[in-house]
Amino acid sequence: MTLISIVEIVISVLLVVLAFLAINSKSLIKAVMFLSSLSMLAVIGFVLMKAPDVAVTEAVIGSGLVTSLFVFTLLAVRKVGNKI
Amino acid sequence: MLQYAAIVLLMLGLYGLLTQRNIIKIIISLNILEIGLNLFIVSVGFVDGGLAPIFTSVNNSSNLVFVDPLPQALVLTAIVIGVGTTALGLALAKNIYQKYGTFEIDEMGEE
Amino acid sequence: MKNILALVFTLFLGFMIITALSNNDAFPKYGETDVITRVSQKYLDRSVNGNPGEIVFREATDLESGPANTVTAIVADYRSFDTLGEVTVLFISSLGVALLLGGTKQRRIELDFHPNFMLRVGSRALFGIILMTGIYISIHGHLTPGGGFPGGTMIASSMLLLYLADDEFRAKIKGFKILESAAGSAYVIIGLLGLLLGSYFLENLLNNGVLGDLFSAGMIPIIYVLIGLKVGSEISGVIDNFLTEEGV
Repeated sequence: MTLISIVEIVISVLLVVLAFLAINSKSLIKAVMFLSSLSMLAVIGFVLMKAPDVAVTEAVIGSGLVTSLFVFTLLAVRKVGNKI
Repeated sequence: MLQYAAIVLLMLGLYGLLTQRNIIKIIISLNILEIGLNLFIVSVGFVDGGLAPIFTSVNNSSNLVFVDPLPQALVLTAIVIGVGTTALGLALAKNIYQKYGTFEIDEMGEE
Repeated sequence: MKNILALVFTLFLGFMIITALSNNDAFPKYGETDVITRVSQKYLDRSVNGNPGEIVFREATDLESGPANTVTAIVADYRSFDTLGEVTVLFISSLGVALLLGGTKQRRIELDFHPNFMLRVGSRALFGIILMTGIYISIHGHLTPGGGFPGGTMIASSMLLLYLADDEFRAKIKGFKILESAAGSAYVIIGLLGLLLGSYFLENLLNNGVLGDLFSAGMIPIIYVLIGLKVGSEISGVIDNFLTEEGV
């Protein structure tokens, strides 16, 4: 078992665990943070499969754009005063 | 091993899309479904021991074994379209909150 | 009841995908695909219309498709009609967000935390570095991984930094809208020029130089710069629509 195959198995298990936590969590902001780290682990998966174009695109979009759009939508909820 | 993780992500995303009652959770499940789908499509073209499909000064001939570049080009388009879908869905969710005051589907009465 | 039905359906779908995966012609085992039997070998050898022999970096001149990055050659030269469709889908989603959340006479949303002076001024230095990285990745799309789409999103990320670090900042939206429309129309006009002067829509009109130089691959760096500007200004417009509300 080389080092790369051990990393591959650890990343696969972490992907499934994080997706399950993101769907079943009670608070919305925690689910958004789990989705953001799921994106980052998928970038490592793309690099392991020798696809650098896809990895750069997913890294920029998953970390900067989608997470910030979710947080801006949840900010509108906080403004009215409800507890999420 | 990454291929089976991608299929499980697909299944989890579809299950979340079918059973969740909160609009933000539905959009998060759609995003998980798209991440799983992109991982699966790139894994169809992977060759063991192949190189990334770019000509550089180290890999400078076309007789070497490269990874399949066509699924990567398709996934590049699919990621950007996923961003467009998510942005439109979140704009709709924001307007729904301003009109009904809640994100749950069960509590939106008739107006 | 509905949860159990959804679970059964999802498990059935997963079972069907896995049994279709095991050693077909279309899905060989993970890591053992034979690229020579697929059409991608013709994209790698640049031999869709004829055979140029072996391709060596910095020595092969005037190939069928110039970029050293094969994924760029597929996205911007062999299948650039699909890229036009993707640009259209992004335009439609940005139009939808502007219609839902836009309006006249807007101001920033009031929050209950205010950034202090150091954050507001210090983020301007980081803004220049991120903008430079975005322009670099967008221009060198035919030599290194990346291209127009991640480069444009990095330009939008630099605008996102300015929005987050300052409470009163609003970009010049009118300039962004004009830039986006001009870049999108320029892409379609270049395609129509190919139809009039050459023989087909979106033909590569300039000549492909030596493989691996900065000024190679014909028109593809110009197309990627246009796509980068268009995507960057579009996503900046979406971010501005999310952070403003009605008011004076």
